[in-house]
Amino acid sequence: MDQLFNFTEVFDNLDKILTGFWATIRLAVVCMILSMIVGTVLAVFRVSPTPVLRGVGTFLVNVLRNTPLTLIAVLCVSGLSDVLALRFSDAPSVNGFWWATTALSIYTGAFVCEALRSGINTVPLGQAEAARSIGLTSGQSLRMIILPQAFRSVIGPLGSVLIAMFKNTAIVGAVAYAVEAAATMKLMFFDLGASLPIFIGFAVGYLILILPTGYFFGWLAKRMAVAR
Amino acid sequence: MSQANVLFDAPGPRARRRHLILTVIAAVLLAVVLALMGKGLYDKGQFEGKLWKPLSEPEVWTGYFLKGLVNTLKTAAVSSVLALLFGVVFGLGRLSDHAWVRGPAGVVVEFFRAMPLLILIYLAFFLPPSISPIIADGPLGNFQRIMVETVGAPFGVEINAGNIQVPTFAALVFGLTLYNGSVLAEVIRAGVLSIPRGQAEAAYSIGMRKNAVMRLILLPQAVTVMMPAIISQLVVLLKDTALGYIIAFEDLTNYGVKIEPANYYNLLQAAVVCALIYIAINMALGWLATWLERRGRRSKKSAAAPMSAERTNLPDAGMGAGGV
Repeated sequence: MDQLFNFTEVFDNLDKILTGFWATIRLAVVCMILSMIVGTVLAVFRVSPTPVLRGVGTFLVNVLRNTPLTLIAVLCVSGLSDVLALRFSDAPSVNGFWWATTALSIYTGAFVCEALRSGINTVPLGQAEAARSIGLTSGQSLRMIILPQAFRSVIGPLGSVLIAMFKNTAIVGAVAYAVEAAATMKLMFFDLGASLPIFIGFAVGYLILILPTGYFFGWLAKRMAVAR
Repeated sequence: MSQANVLFDAPGPRARRRHLILTVIAAVLLAVVLALMGKGLYDKGQFEGKLWKPLSEPEVWTGYFLKGLVNTLKTAAVSSVLALLFGVVFGLGRLSDHAWVRGPAGVVVEFFRAMPLLILIYLAFFLPPSISPIIADGPLGNFQRIMVETVGAPFGVEINAGNIQVPTFAALVFGLTLYNGSVLAEVIRAGVLSIPRGQAEAAYSIGMRKNAVMRLILLPQAVTVMMPAIISQLVVLLKDTALGYIIAFEDLTNYGVKIEPANYYNLLQAAVVCALIYIAINMALGWLATWLERRGRRSKKSAAAPMSAERTNLPDAGMGAGGV
């Protein structure tokens, strides 16, 4: 029974685990930035007064968030990278990293867009009407009345999206960038034999990274909540 | 723009002209982008008939896509039922008056919500074969055999002289159940908490006990409230079945981007068809959720407003007010 809870192999391989999580963090940070950009662009499309842009935004968001991330990642790697020979770099690991981030960023971008849009929708119409009635121009009303309120109510949903994105790095990692944490765990399962301590080691890693982020966003969302 | 919009004033003549110009520019840009993409694909020969033709043949559908779709739907159905059960047990567990029920239920829910689904699937797939011989030699060997034969057997888990073999299906169902079950537990908890306190107070005042208050007053109303959020989570579950591809479960994704292209060499085309199937199913479910939400807003069946079908509105791990 003792060999089931033998944690020495976790401590012996701590460097491997940390390297895996470092790759996960790199993936997550790049995806966070890119998905915010993609999401903002899509959100601008979806609220724009131009029917063509609205249509494009709606189409892309519906396609992206109703397709499994696994399929998007495989399509990027096996389809675009291998079949169409669209490569970011000749080095396979660099190419894999950028295709992994691309897949995760466009997928997450669709959810970021929806979070931003739902934030804008929480601002009551009366706020815009009141702003106009005291003589603010549209630019002033956007800058001083609407966007600050929208931004505050977006924090909670955006936090959820980003945490989900962090967990989804495991999926794109498995498909395209097999050095991040979940893929490292699988590799250690193969090398050392699957064991509960190894799983616990990685589970703790994810808990350490995800729970504080969740508490932070929850706290921030509550603190910044607009009193209505 | 017929409906009132918080971002823009009702456009006057000049704004309308500006919007028209913007529309034309956007349309031209869109056409250029589409043309460039089309040309790129054409130059690489992706529109050749031999790549698209297999997709119109019935045997390709019955032999690959439909086979995969059946496996995907089967996994989703089994996992949904189990996840809902898990969600009800742990969601209500977190609402218990007894700290020794509330605490562990909270820990379980927060733990599985914070895990990437994939490492749960790896755990279920790789761990039992590796550690079962050790357990079989220990004092729990018999217990392990009985557990596998009663609980595991329906999912195809096999035990042979102390060695457990987990089929990919069972591993996938395990992960999907635990992860989505914990999310659903939060949905159910939030749903019950969203019922105004007066409902429970009124029920207590006419002499109902805790059990009856939950069963007759809170849950029936909460179900109406939760339905949109539950269906949205089931869409997430359905999409997550595609993770089966990673452990070589023969689901729609696997048939679409690996098995079919291995025979017909049309990965891009097959993947597009595969994506369209997922999108159709998920959008239908999404519409159902939105429709239920809208209907719930109108009806007087519950004292609380329905929870949003927007997936982004579900608080994520650690963000719930309850804490561990």
